[in-house]
Amino acid sequence: MKQTSTVGKSNKTVLVLLILGLSTIIFPLYMTVVIAFKQPSEMTNSISGILSLPKVWSLQNFREAMEVTDFWNSLKNSLLISGLTVGLSILIHSLMGYTLGRNKSNKFYNFVYLFIVSGMFVPFAILMMPLAKQTAEMGLANWFGVILLYVVFYMPMNIMLYSGYLTNIPLALEEAARVDGASTWLTYWKIIFPIMKPMHATVAVITALAVWNDVMTPLIIMAGSSENTLPLAQLNFQSQFGTNYNLAFASYLLSLIPILVFYLICQKQILNGVVNGAVK
Amino acid sequence: MTKHENERKRTFLLITIPILALFICFNTIPLIRGAMYSFTNSRGFGSHDWVGLRNYIDLFSDARVGKSYLFTIKLAIVTTIVVNVLSLILALGLNSKIRAKGFFRGAYFLPNILGALVVGYIFNYFFTYIVPALADMTGMQGLSSSILSSPNKAWIGVMIVCAWQAIAMNTIIYISGLQTVPEDVYEAGGLDGATGWKQFKHLTFPLIIPFFSINMVLCVKNFLMVFDQIIALTKGGPAQSTESISYLIYNNGMSGGQFGFQSANAVVFFIVIVVISVAQMKFSSSKEEQL
Repeated sequence: MKQTSTVGKSNKTVLVLLILGLSTIIFPLYMTVVIAFKQPSEMTNSISGILSLPKVWSLQNFREAMEVTDFWNSLKNSLLISGLTVGLSILIHSLMGYTLGRNKSNKFYNFVYLFIVSGMFVPFAILMMPLAKQTAEMGLANWFGVILLYVVFYMPMNIMLYSGYLTNIPLALEEAARVDGASTWLTYWKIIFPIMKPMHATVAVITALAVWNDVMTPLIIMAGSSENTLPLAQLNFQSQFGTNYNLAFASYLLSLIPILVFYLICQKQILNGVVNGAVK
Repeated sequence: MTKHENERKRTFLLITIPILALFICFNTIPLIRGAMYSFTNSRGFGSHDWVGLRNYIDLFSDARVGKSYLFTIKLAIVTTIVVNVLSLILALGLNSKIRAKGFFRGAYFLPNILGALVVGYIFNYFFTYIVPALADMTGMQGLSSSILSSPNKAWIGVMIVCAWQAIAMNTIIYISGLQTVPEDVYEAGGLDGATGWKQFKHLTFPLIIPFFSINMVLCVKNFLMVFDQIIALTKGGPAQSTESISYLIYNNGMSGGQFGFQSANAVVFFIVIVVISVAQMKFSSSKEEQL
């Protein structure tokens, strides 16, 4: 990049700055961990009282937080909703992306494509009030309704990704299968669906992250069902933490742990997926 | 051959119809219903009457709605600028030849995967207790009370939390942009004396404009729709100074008895989003053509 003689020096400066910058990310997390492990009696009003390491690393706050926020049930709901949404999105959106992508020259399919993709501009704010009514009328004011809505909300984005990816897959592959007498339906599942694997990974990552962290949809749809997702539980039980910040932070930390573990394991796939989703 | 063609056509139609129906049922129909409610005095329950354009007329004279638009637009503009400047600097740093590059990239992306609501709660505590305590210790008078309780400063807290998470996303996109710039461009530029800021302005930046466009679109759209951060940090307060448009529609429309009125607000909001998005896409595609 620069003259060779300055490379070593300038990179060291960059490295130091990057390490310093990292404190803006580590500090809030450090604060969360130490407060989550402490007892209210250890929290004096001074900085050192709040930020010092706990005297005993006790799991008591976490046990209590799990009870207060119905943690395991919320975790189960979050996993169920995220998992099913991702699975359905990959199946339904890839199929629709394929159908629309292979028929771009047809006026009807091209219109359907534009019609669905333009759904990206629709803010949730305009849908939420009618949807709250509609899902209640249809008996879908529950986790299943939330999944259906996610499949619809992420359809524009995912269909765009899939039909864009399809342009890289030669038609010859399908034609060869057709000569062998395979139906379009079978050809899709046997040949095209497996080839789109890289795009499935991208769609899975961006859909999973968005669904896992979403608050608004379950807040509006599941309000009456007394069921929670992990983020929704934080919101609904906020008042029960009162001024016991240690309990609150234990609960926050608990709700962050699943996604942190997921990130540690699949960091590379997540980064790739997020970039592909945004850039394509 | 024609038998195959027919089979293919039929299969495509059988795939499209149910999926399109699902989309219409949960996107198009609620959109139309929302637009219809905007012409009524519905309170969300019970009977309602048609009131014509009354809601729209009221909307433009409603101080609270006006305030929420001003706040949301101010937040979107300032946060977009802050986020893009910082992410670009960070991306340049992370793209230079440094040790443990993978570790740094992974670590700097971390804020983006965390849920905005919980991040908001953590920062709420940070602004309410840590910052004032630090200010007392160092004798900075201006920060000795929580910025979240000041109508003039609360928006800065919201801005910081939005930026903290968005920088992670934008940086990773800028890095992938910087990786598309071939090394020999710099070498050729270096011969012409383009280094440092000059190199960035004349060589690097023009080449990553498509990525700049992506980031602008992502930022503006996300910040205009800000909701989770508001609910976790300020609940629209103090004195309704941080009431975002989405939060106002949710709060007053869902439980405040203004179903019809806030539907009109949502329709206007929808139009604003469409106009801004289309303008941004036109602008960025014309920029890219110039290159």
